Amino acid sequence: MSQVVVTVMPRKGVLDPQGQAVRGALTQLGFDGLGEVRIGKRIELDIAGDDPVGTARDMCERLLANALIEDYTVEPA
Amino acid sequence: MTRVAIVRFPGSLDHDSAARAVAGMGGTAVEAWHGEPELPAGTEAVLIPGGFSYGDHLRCGAIASRSPVMGAVGRHAAAGGRVLGICNGFQVLCEAGLLPGALRRNATLSFVCRQMDLEVADADTPWTGGRPRGAVLSIPVKNNEGAWYGDPASARPVLRYHGEDPLGSVDHIAGIANEAGNVMGLMPHPEEACDALLGSMDGELVIGGLLR
Repeated sequence: MSQVVVTVMPRKGVLDPQGQAVRGALTQLGFDGLGEVRIGKRIELDIAGDDPVGTARDMCERLLANALIEDYTVEPA
Repeated sequence: MTRVAIVRFPGSLDHDSAARAVAGMGGTAVEAWHGEPELPAGTEAVLIPGGFSYGDHLRCGAIASRSPVMGAVGRHAAAGGRVLGICNGFQVLCEAGLLPGALRRNATLSFVCRQMDLEVADADTPWTGGRPRGAVLSIPVKNNEGAWYGDPASARPVLRYHGEDPLGSVDHIAGIANEAGNVMGLMPHPEEACDALLGSMDGELVIGGLLR
């Protein structure tokens, strides 16, 4: 088994209201000089086989990410 | 008596109110189970109701859209059969690729539950009961992820929010159809506007698209 980490993020240009709300709260706490805040998700997968990264990429294409609104990266842990 | 299959996923919530609306208009509602590779025998139209299929995990509608019954729904749609997705059902149809776009978190970051005015944007589909373009229907919304996102040029907008749109949909889109018009999805709940006691009967104009 190899562990693979998938990161799914809202695509640039797609409104991320969650990130905006967190940005507002951080600014209110006094954190100045804050640019954009974006929130995504991290998925850890234990995968058997010769090509765990390729398998994870296939999983992203078929289910884990929606290409219309999300980008993803796949890395071995 | 049109036979309408209402799909039930784990977490479907509005199956019973959808069945009541179909029956109230003279249709026959039958249940389609998510794990079955075929629709019930004799199915003439399909309704995917609202709810929180698979707990909204990963993305709303994503897991349900990959379930066995959706292959049969896709074949039914490809053959020209009518399919209506309401709320989570709309999300499932988008995730399945039967309708363009995706539904995202509401701009307010809150669950929005209220009666809405919807404007008919396209009078030439079966889903607005022949009401002219610009006519206003009163139908409630209740959702957390109801902001439609996509290229409006790739969609066929059928209903738009009239006036304020707290969800933040692109072009105020409330409901869209595929190009042929036989597949329709909307975030508002027409099955909750089919009884005078609920303040509006306008939902029958949408549900009627399954029955004509």
